[in-house]
Amino acid sequence: MLSITNLTKIFNPGSVNEKAALTGISLEVEPGDVVTVIGGNGAGKSTLLNMIAGVFPPDKGKIIIDGQRVEHLPEHVRASYIGRVFQDPMMGTAASMTIEENLAMALRRGARRRLRRGITNGDREFFREKLSLLGLGLENRLSTKVGLLSGGQRQALTLLMATLVPPKLLLLDEHTAALDPNTGQKVLELTEQFVKENNLTTLMVTHNMEDALRVGNRTIMMHDGKIILDLSGEKRKNTGITDLLEMFKKASGQTLANDRMLLAN
Amino acid sequence: MAASMWFGVLEQGLLWGVMVLGVYITFRVLNFPDLTVDGSFTLGAAVAARIIFEGYDPWLGTMLALFCGAAAGCITGFLNTRLRIAPLLSGILMMIALYSVNLRVMGGKSMLSLLRMDTIYTDVVGTGIPENLAAAVLGLGTVILTTYILYIFLQTELGMALRATGDNEQMICSLGVNTDTTKILGLALGNGLVALSGALVAQYQSYSDVGMGIGMIVVGLASVIVGEVIFGTSTLFRHLTAVVLGSIVYRAVIALVMRMGLPTTDLKLFTAVLVVLAMSSPLIKEKLGRLSRGKEGSQGAVNNKSYENI
Repeated sequence: MLSITNLTKIFNPGSVNEKAALTGISLEVEPGDVVTVIGGNGAGKSTLLNMIAGVFPPDKGKIIIDGQRVEHLPEHVRASYIGRVFQDPMMGTAASMTIEENLAMALRRGARRRLRRGITNGDREFFREKLSLLGLGLENRLSTKVGLLSGGQRQALTLLMATLVPPKLLLLDEHTAALDPNTGQKVLELTEQFVKENNLTTLMVTHNMEDALRVGNRTIMMHDGKIILDLSGEKRKNTGITDLLEMFKKASGQTLANDRMLLAN
Repeated sequence: MAASMWFGVLEQGLLWGVMVLGVYITFRVLNFPDLTVDGSFTLGAAVAARIIFEGYDPWLGTMLALFCGAAAGCITGFLNTRLRIAPLLSGILMMIALYSVNLRVMGGKSMLSLLRMDTIYTDVVGTGIPENLAAAVLGLGTVILTTYILYIFLQTELGMALRATGDNEQMICSLGVNTDTTKILGLALGNGLVALSGALVAQYQSYSDVGMGIGMIVVGLASVIVGEVIFGTSTLFRHLTAVVLGSIVYRAVIALVMRMGLPTTDLKLFTAVLVVLAMSSPLIKEKLGRLSRGKEGSQGAVNNKSYENI
């Protein structure tokens, strides 16, 4: 479903701030795979997701989604393949617009915007049904402005928007990190539910080692713009958090001494 | 005397109200501080005046003014999105360029008189509407029609994409909308309305003047903010109505201070101060609240409807 070959990105080349964000990454993801991505700060996880989504073009390398070369397509064109949820709950929704308007925009993801009514009564029925899956009571608040919702509610809504039209690829960038633990857990449960129902091919960046091993069927670890570990199948099942930290140390020569990662367990 | 003054306020509020709706589109919906407005208002006036002056149909001139304004907005959008020039500077560049363009449109003259020529108002009088009501009727008709069209448009798929571009560009881009296109569209729409207003005003006062657009952006802003503060913004319909009413209130305030003896030459200073006060009102309220609460109550957050982002 997703095939990445030799993807390279260097920020500010030739200056003192030169930063090799991705150094020749290759990755094959099968349809229906749910891959969790872990790694320290600056490992290139977010850059990888941004490159796949098309926020900036690669210096070198190929990205193929569902048989289509996409690395030179602009972000808004790639949007027809990709659903995204960002770390910041404010980033995935338009605050001054209502819940139903936000959902209506998500319903037209990748389609041409026309001069026809943005929301039909049929859409509203569909939105109510989908919103009730979130269990937050939002199905009765269709015309509430999104800015009035809490961070957790907005993130759940963003998740629903990203999967409303099932994308070929779902990109989740630490999407529970900015939420309190209970809300984060709830959003993660919803994520697993939506991914399973639609059999979505997913890349999920997380800093929570436990989630990284529990959610999905494959885990990759990044360091310094490279993939240093790729776990799946039996091997992944038999790996614990301490094993993971040990593997990181062995592969990178450093400890994954990140309070946030350890405390998150 | 007083009654005729208030009637004049209504007429002006409506005719300039079309311009205020244009400023609402760029400033509020698109969140784009567009100074093109100063030039495109005059452009509309100049185009309509020249067409009428040459003896063509005034309705043709008015329509052409709308399209010329939209074209100017497109160019500002092009400067900003394709050439990556900052929004403020794109608008300033267009405003300056339009000054020369407007002089050319008016045949090199800084003023074009339309005295005793057929305008859209004389046409309206021809249908049997009393002469003293012509401007009010046309103004009201235009404002109602424009407000209605905007209300419908902003709820279409395209209109929602436009609003989302001003609200959260990253989000609507990730939902597959080319935000360069929506920005150009919004600027064209806004400046088209501003130019239409310029055409209506030029025919109303029977002349177009190359300086008539100076400070128009501040007038538009003052009207938008005054309307929002007084009439509220809770729904789209309310917001649109509020900015039109804001235009009338603004004209009323101007008429009042002039009656109280403010010289015409100080009007722009007065308008600027009005906008500064309105924009800083959340902060001022906060400071005053803190003073009256004394030393202990220091944690009142500034009401986040502040206008710092424009």
